[in-house]
Amino acid sequence: MAEEDVQPGAGGEITMRLWRGDETGGEFADYVMPAVEGEVVLDVIHRVQATQAPDLACRWNCKAGKCGSCSAEINGRPSLMCMTRMDTLPPGETVTVAPMRTFPILRDLVTDVSYNYEVAKRIPPFNPRAKTEDEVEAGGYRMQQIDVERSQEFRKCIECFLCQDVCHVIRDHEENKTSFAGPRFFARSAELEMHPLDVNDRRQLLQEDQGLGKCNITKCCTEVCPEHIKITDNAIIPLKERAVDAKYDPIAWLGRKILNRSKRTPAEAAATSPASGPAAVQPDVEVHGIPVPVGITAKRADAPAPDMTDTTEDAPAV
Amino acid sequence: MAEYETHDFDVIIIGAGGAGLRAAIEARSMGLRTALVCKSLLGKAHTVMAEGGVAAALRNVYDEDSWQVHFRDTMRGGKMLNNWRMAQLHAQESPDRVRELEDWGALFDRTEDGLILQRDFGGHRYARLAHIGDLTGLELIRTLQQKAVADGIEVFMELKVLRLLHDADGTVSGLVGYWRPSGEFVVFTAKAVVMATGGVGKSWTYTSNSWESTGDGHAMSLWAGADLIDMECVQFHPTGMVWPLSVRGILVTEGVRGDGGVLRNSDGNRFMFDYIPPMFAAETADSEEEGDKWYDDHSAGRRPPELLPRDEVARSINSEVKAGRGSPHGGVFLDIASRRSAEDIRRRLPSMYHQFKELAGVDITAEAMEVGPTCHYIMGGVRVDADSTATTAAGLFAAGEVAGGMHGANRLGGNSLSDLLVFGRRAGVGAAEFASARTGTVSVDQGQVDAAISAAVEPFERENGENPYEIQHDLQSTMQSLVGIIRTGSELDEAIGKLDELEERAGRISLSGGRKYNPGWNLATDLPSMLTVSRCTTLGAINRKESRGGHTRDDFPKPVEEMGKVNFVQRTPNRENADGVGGTPSIGTITATPEPILVMPDDLKALFEEAK
Repeated sequence: MAEEDVQPGAGGEITMRLWRGDETGGEFADYVMPAVEGEVVLDVIHRVQATQAPDLACRWNCKAGKCGSCSAEINGRPSLMCMTRMDTLPPGETVTVAPMRTFPILRDLVTDVSYNYEVAKRIPPFNPRAKTEDEVEAGGYRMQQIDVERSQEFRKCIECFLCQDVCHVIRDHEENKTSFAGPRFFARSAELEMHPLDVNDRRQLLQEDQGLGKCNITKCCTEVCPEHIKITDNAIIPLKERAVDAKYDPIAWLGRKILNRSKRTPAEAAATSPASGPAAVQPDVEVHGIPVPVGITAKRADAPAPDMTDTTEDAPAV
Repeated sequence: MAEYETHDFDVIIIGAGGAGLRAAIEARSMGLRTALVCKSLLGKAHTVMAEGGVAAALRNVYDEDSWQVHFRDTMRGGKMLNNWRMAQLHAQESPDRVRELEDWGALFDRTEDGLILQRDFGGHRYARLAHIGDLTGLELIRTLQQKAVADGIEVFMELKVLRLLHDADGTVSGLVGYWRPSGEFVVFTAKAVVMATGGVGKSWTYTSNSWESTGDGHAMSLWAGADLIDMECVQFHPTGMVWPLSVRGILVTEGVRGDGGVLRNSDGNRFMFDYIPPMFAAETADSEEEGDKWYDDHSAGRRPPELLPRDEVARSINSEVKAGRGSPHGGVFLDIASRRSAEDIRRRLPSMYHQFKELAGVDITAEAMEVGPTCHYIMGGVRVDADSTATTAAGLFAAGEVAGGMHGANRLGGNSLSDLLVFGRRAGVGAAEFASARTGTVSVDQGQVDAAISAAVEPFERENGENPYEIQHDLQSTMQSLVGIIRTGSELDEAIGKLDELEERAGRISLSGGRKYNPGWNLATDLPSMLTVSRCTTLGAINRKESRGGHTRDDFPKPVEEMGKVNFVQRTPNRENADGVGGTPSIGTITATPEPILVMPDDLKALFEEAK
């Protein structure tokens, strides 16, 4: 960027301390830049690239908080660089930008986030019920606004993976990555569980394959979500309740065996949901009792009840 | 000879936005070995930025709507320069493409009887845009992404494509590119290639487009021998943010106006009433009172002029600012705060609320936004056959923004998401059928591969050369000031001179660092595309001596009937070139030739007679 575009606001200089390096190691380097009114961290990074470090690696796309590409740790806090205004950071102090710590570093501020794309492949896909005669005639499914809003909250997710970055189950324990889906994908499963049309039952899968029990609801993921999705309260806690119901309730289990049902019946929902969770959790209002189609999760729902070895970790949730 | 890995598929799709994903899903469903390559991570493509909705005559809100009305709106919005067959297929097929998304998990906002809700947008006669608040593009890309993953489509991310490769007979046979994370080179062979790379907006200073929109697909198709049309037709969206400077150009959805927002100048007047063109006078309200009634009931009044097509609104804003009636930072005011409740605004426009609050410190439920035109979309692109999306280069197909013709001289809001669904699917079918019918082995010419690779690494071997960021900056300033929203002959000639200089400078770039995730290098390899498409736009603009849609000439301020009957077709001599010359073809050889537009059949022409 040429000089004439730089219009210092309050004047003065800012020091950006940026991590430079790759998987073999690296260090922080300081770049002193003129301050410009109204800028976000990503603007300053771009000016550093254009004037001082053309090879400084940084991933970004929309620069408007809609694509979730420019995730990093700004002064230690997982944030989007495009939505962090410079004037919200302590004035006069060095601004430190580091790559997300939970993922392997590719170069400078760019990390290898392929773990997330691998987890996404393991989520059983959307599986809708058949259309009714009325719906075939109307040309599409009928759903009420109030019923789609629960899943719509999770569909606002821009996949910045900041929730994955901050989650201590994988941030501090690389070994957990093979058995833990992480907050982003708990929200995805919650979205499908609460989708008015989806008929898959993901509860046992969540416990056995995706490590739902490892989450001890510290709410770090909710705190860093740039879309303000209540991941813990609205996704993870309801999922934990549903998964626990699936495990403990012998009548429900027997019912599924006999009737080949997937999601809970209205009676099951009424008997278990309101009393078992915090007040913030909404009761289950979906219509259930739809026959399970042949598929991966239907088979899992028919399997014998699993052992309960990791249930202690569930304790805070129920 | 450079080292590189190789992959082989039946169909390769370049670009993983809506069009590319939809094409991949279709080709895969037909049983072909299908791969998707994209320059960023999956799910980050520019489709994610689409806000207001996807246009389709679903008739969930207004039963009077039909494909014929949608077709007519699209053609009139495009100032009749559109490929009529594309506009027809688009209007006929978009409802099924939208409903299909719901079968794949999309959750649109609902009507009271539980169907997909539709909102009003500029140039659409009826409320027609299926939407999810102002996050429609995100919903669309996530739905298609999740479907593609579920279908097992192979996705190769963060891969920059440098050139298409072709057989001895000129048929497209694959591509050469590099992995951005490692900087290593890669060659794909394929029986058919679909170009779905999106737009060109990054060549302007103020744009709603991301860094990816460098016109790679336009340029690579041209170099591979395909025709481009209508490259002068660039859409400046009327409402981009103007302040702070660092966010200037970021999109403010037309949904703000569709949901009741109005434009005011510094005197507080709704100035759009002063700019109603004769073509739309009969259907546009001539008083604020009449326009306001229309929002609740379209039969109670005519539509307010804030909802004229985008080209009209953008020019009007430009005129108000020039006349000294602009806002403090050189835009005008977009006011929804005084017209809708705070709760309504937050519910219907959550992303706008968030964007202004966090980036500009403006609460749009309490104060007006400052907005102005921003480079948003290119109507022109690769010339295609409407039914198959085949380009004029054998084996190459194109869909979405990179394809030209569908939108004529100006695109209506909401018609882009429907375009990429309708023609993304058709490109998948077209490419799959071509691949299935293709006989013989698909071969790669080593000379083409080596030439592309050596051109790409050359800047690392040079010292004290040009800085790619400075060239990009100068290109953006050139296009913004000389080939912007209002154009004139002398400035366009000046732009050609500047482009010559920039092309020469781009040949002298030097780079530091390695090839591994090096954004300076990435930019250096994007610049040939940016320079090529900028020249195409400028050449088209020089030739089109009239004002039509997104193309406005100060020296030819009115439409010229004869000009409305031709497309300016751009091609290079490389068209006949099968000799394996690689690198970046000299872009000084591009020609622009007027060729007649397709003639609309009488039954469709009759639709326009009825409307009069």
